[in-house]
Parts: sequence; C-alpha cells; structure tokens
Amino acid sequence: MARITLKNLAHSYLAQPRSEADYALKEMDHVWQDGGAYALLGSSGCGKTTLLNIISGLLTPSHGRVLFGDRDVTDAPTAERNIAQVFQFPVVYDTMTVRDNLAFPLKNRGKDAAYIKARVDQIARMIGMEAMLSRKAQGLTADAKQKISLGRGMVREDVNAILFDEPLTVIDPQMKWELRTQLKALHRQFGHTMIYVTHDQTEALTFADKVVVMYEGRVVQMGTPEELFEKPAHSFVGYFIGSPGMNFLDAELQGDRARLPGGEVVALGAHYAPVAGRVQIGIRPEHAMLVASGGMPLTVRRVEDVGRHRLVRGELAGRPLNVVMPEGMPVEGLPQVAFAPGRINVYADDWRVAPQEGGAA
Amino acid sequence: MEKTWNNKAWFLVLPVLVVVAFSAVIPLMTVVNYAFNDTFGNNEFFWAGLEWFDEMVHSDRLHEALGRQALFSAIILAIEVPLGIFVALNMPKKGFWSSLVLVLMALPLLIPFNVVGTIWQIFGRTDIGLLGRGLAALGLDYNYTNDPVDAWITVIVMDVWHWTSLVALLCYAGLQSIPQAYYQAARIDQASRWAVFRHIELPKMKGVLLIAVLLRFMDSFMIYTEPFVVTGGGPGNSTTFLSIDLVKMAVGQFDLGPAAAFSLMYFLVILLVSWVFYTVMTSMDRSQSDIPEAM
Repeated sequence: MARITLKNLAHSYLAQPRSEADYALKEMDHVWQDGGAYALLGSSGCGKTTLLNIISGLLTPSHGRVLFGDRDVTDAPTAERNIAQVFQFPVVYDTMTVRDNLAFPLKNRGKDAAYIKARVDQIARMIGMEAMLSRKAQGLTADAKQKISLGRGMVREDVNAILFDEPLTVIDPQMKWELRTQLKALHRQFGHTMIYVTHDQTEALTFADKVVVMYEGRVVQMGTPEELFEKPAHSFVGYFIGSPGMNFLDAELQGDRARLPGGEVVALGAHYAPVAGRVQIGIRPEHAMLVASGGMPLTVRRVEDVGRHRLVRGELAGRPLNVVMPEGMPVEGLPQVAFAPGRINVYADDWRVAPQEGGAA
Repeated sequence: MEKTWNNKAWFLVLPVLVVVAFSAVIPLMTVVNYAFNDTFGNNEFFWAGLEWFDEMVHSDRLHEALGRQALFSAIILAIEVPLGIFVALNMPKKGFWSSLVLVLMALPLLIPFNVVGTIWQIFGRTDIGLLGRGLAALGLDYNYTNDPVDAWITVIVMDVWHWTSLVALLCYAGLQSIPQAYYQAARIDQASRWAVFRHIELPKMKGVLLIAVLLRFMDSFMIYTEPFVVTGGGPGNSTTFLSIDLVKMAVGQFDLGPAAAFSLMYFLVILLVSWVFYTVMTSMDRSQSDIPEAM
C-alpha cells in the first residue's frame, strides 16, 4: 500500500502537442492518501480513464512523474506497480472456470495452492458466486462476468491500490447497490487505496470519502461530498453535482452585494474584493426559497413533484432558475424568490472566488 | 396460438431452387448418369450398376492418389495454420504499416492459380530460375522435374506461399476484434505471453480459425492447377493428386464411367471430412461452455 503522488503530470496522445487543447490531461499536482476511497467523477471524455491508466501503468504519461510512496514508478511496468484494475466491460478468460479466473492473478504471482484456495473461496462468497466456481466462464451473463472481473480485482491482498473504471455499468440496479456496499465494506476491512471512476454522481458520493471532479482534462476539485455541494470550486462542479445542478446568474459585484442584470440586489453574506472576468453568482436550488415578499420576482413556469420535495422551475429576470421546496411547504401564491445568504458562491470566469477574510457579513 | 400454413411462401424460394438446380444439381446428375452407365458415344448408354464404383474402390491407382492427397493436405495444414497464426500475431495492429502489410499479404491471394504455378515453375528451374540456380550455386542437388522429394518440396512451398496469407488474414481479423481491455487486464494480472495467447487470443480466434482450417482443407484437397502447371503430376506419379488423376482419367483416357464414379466418391469424401471437422470443432466449443455446475 502506498500514497500516490502525481507530480506535474500531464498527458497528450499526440507526439508533439502544440496547444493546451492537445492535452488529454492538463498539468496537475495531486497527492492521493494511502487507504483513501476516492471517486473520480466527470462526464465522458474528460480524461478519467487516461488518468487511471497512467496510475496503473497501462499508459506512460508524456509529462511529469508518478510516485508510489517515495518510489518513482513513472516508467515501471504495470506488473511492478502491483495494482489491481477493474474495467468498464467484463474481462474474463472464457476458457477457464470461474475458480481459475479468480485464482489467475495469484497463480501468476506464484502463491501457494492452499492460500489461493482460501482466498478464492473468500472472494467467491463475497461476490456470491460460490455455486458457480467450477463452471466455465464462457456463456455466463454479463453481470456474472463483471462480478468475476471485480473478484479478480480484489483477490490480491497486497496491492498498492485498486482502480475501478466504471465497473458497475453493466450490472443491474439491485446488484449495483449490493456490490457498491460490498466494495465499501472491503475498503473498511482491508484499507486499500481505492480509486473509482464514474460519471454517476450518486455512485461517487456514496462510495468515496473524497471525490475528484474532472472537467476537460483538468481536476477542478478534490473534496468531500459536502465540500462539492456547498462550495463547488468550478461552475462545472456546481452543474454536475446535485440534481438539478446549481443555478448561475450573471452579476456585478459590489462589496457584500451582487447586482443582477435586472437591477435586483442580492446580499452575499460575505465581502468580496473586486474581480476581473465574467462574474456569476451560484446558488443551489436547495438554498433558494419561494417567499411572499422581500425577495425578487420569480415567474414560475412549472412545478415538478419529485417525491421528497417539489422542484419549481421558473425564471428570474429572464434567466432560468430552479428552486427546491421541501415537502409540506406551499408553492402557490408565493411570487418571489429569496436566497439564503452565506450559501451563495461567487464565480469569476467559472472559478470560485473566496470571500475576503474577516469581511463584513 | 395456431400458426397459419401458407404454401405461397414456396414461390419465394423458387428462384433459388431454379438457380441451384441449373448450376449444381442438374450438372451433378449428368455425372451420376455417367457413373452408373457405360457409353460408347452417340448418346447410347448401357446400365453398369455399381461396376465403376467397385472398380474405383479397389483401384490401386486411386488409393495411391488418395494417400498422396491426404499427406499433402496434412502437411500444408500443419505448416500454414501455425505459420498463419504466428504471422497474424506479429502483424502491426494499426497505422501505415498495418495497411501496407495487409496489401502485401493479400497479393498472393489475388494471383490467378495458373500464374502462381507458372511463377514457381520458372522460379524453380535450374537453368533460368532464381531459386533453382541459387540452390544449384549453393551446391544443392535440386531438381523438381527429376526428384520426387524436390517436387513435393516445391509444391508444398508454393502452396504455403500462396495460401498462408489467407490463414494469417483471417486470424488477424479475429485478433483485431479483441478489445484492448483484455490485454490490459492480462497485464494487470501479470499473465505471461503464453497465457495471453492461450487464454485470450486463441479462444477469440477459434471461430475464424475453424473457417480457415476448413477452407484450407477443402481447397488443398481439391488442388489441381498449381501442381499441374509446375510438375504435371510428376516425376512419375509422385505429385499426381486426386484432381490431377481425375482429369487424366476423364479427359486424357476418356474413361468417363470410372471418372464419374471417382468424382462422386471424391465429392463425398470432401463433404464427409469437412462435416467431421466442423462437427468436432463446434462440439468442442460447446462442451467447453456446458460443463455441469457441480464437478
């Protein structure tokens, strides 16, 4: 087990990258703590898999170094890194039995038979495939095959990290939940560093202690689920996390206030120094509220009942705005919207601006 | 629910039946006709029953040709299949070189059979052929027109040159269909090169390999043009394979009855062996996936 350090890491699939756009991964500096459960979250094509393959050694980065503990493994082959990886689509060895599939990584490392048997039985119990151990892997259903892939990823105890590349895509929802719970249990039990790639925020937020959000080849934020929700560092995190995502409104900063294009003034709850670039304020739908008076006029377009709460889709000064109203609260007859001060984030050119220390609230 | 029977559907099959009848069934029936009759021309036929078949089954000449044919097919399969797999494994997977190699590999397949024969016929000649003169210059006593062993070697090398590409290209197609994740998983699992071949590449190639073996078996078992052009079946009868013998019998000696009986049996042998091949290989496939749960 080891801490994973990425030093000035960047990668381009082109031999001679000319501009920043040629990089699948933009330069980054990160430390992944030993024993952490990380989720790598982002939309398709943002570089998640590239980053994962660099860590596992399937890909050599074009720039920067990768360190496991204090050892530089940038040029070390996959086998030397002692990493387990589970892929998006099931990879099983068709001609082998389920048992041999699970035992394969251990056999290749020359473990003794008794140990292999004990370990395989334990993993088989975990993924619920004890009854099928003697069957050929060929002809099994996709989710059974993916469970074997997961099992093969977890069968080695001494790995530096286990990487999961959207492993539950082909599994049906019921099983998904169960397997994710088992992965968490496994993480608590053995304390392996786990990196879990997904584009599903629920999966990321339930699995990980720390979520790493990627956008266009860049890590835009690394934080706890709470931090991502409360203080998204980039407007993409605001959009991507939460359902629906954060509302963004163009604004003009005036100390501890923001003036919207329609002339409405919003109290920010903190003092901000003037910033350059396109300024926006971001407010979670959960932190906005319909009120009778004392807010800003909201044109309600539609109200959706989503069970635990109601989602109000409206327009503020011609810009769409979503408001989440808790169950039991009325939505009719409330023509205005108010924002909870202190829950508003300010963005300049998509990046979050921190309020001034000790600024007047 | 009761299915309604509608015999009109037969009309849809009719065009195919007509085409197949004229292209295959009727010509074959004339051969059947010759096989069971004797004729002296003038379209007069005398019933011969199984006489020709009896004669052919007990013909030493046919036995020898069949033996040579079986040996030839066995040798070229034993060379071309492993060699084809080996070549496919080492072909570049993408980029400019893969296109170039594909074209180069396809070239021998595009050359007409008698041209292939002519190429090797000249290539192997000791007076003007590069190969023949080259071997002679090395002090080797090579002459495919005199020495049966040299003739066999020439015919086999020619077939390997001509057809290994087919096996290689089919295997290459099979290899290209393997997702990259399999190789990555194998690296993660620290699988050896042999294990990757044995557990990933070979199982995925099995389907196309079956087709390759079948095609190569059928074609080699029917081979005629190339050895006919190079050796004409000689020296002596040493490279007289079944087709060459059949043509000699039918067109050279004009023994139409025995030749017809011969060709029917020839056809049935190919059909039988191909069927056995196919059944064995597909059932192997099935038995691998249908292992009972408790063992």
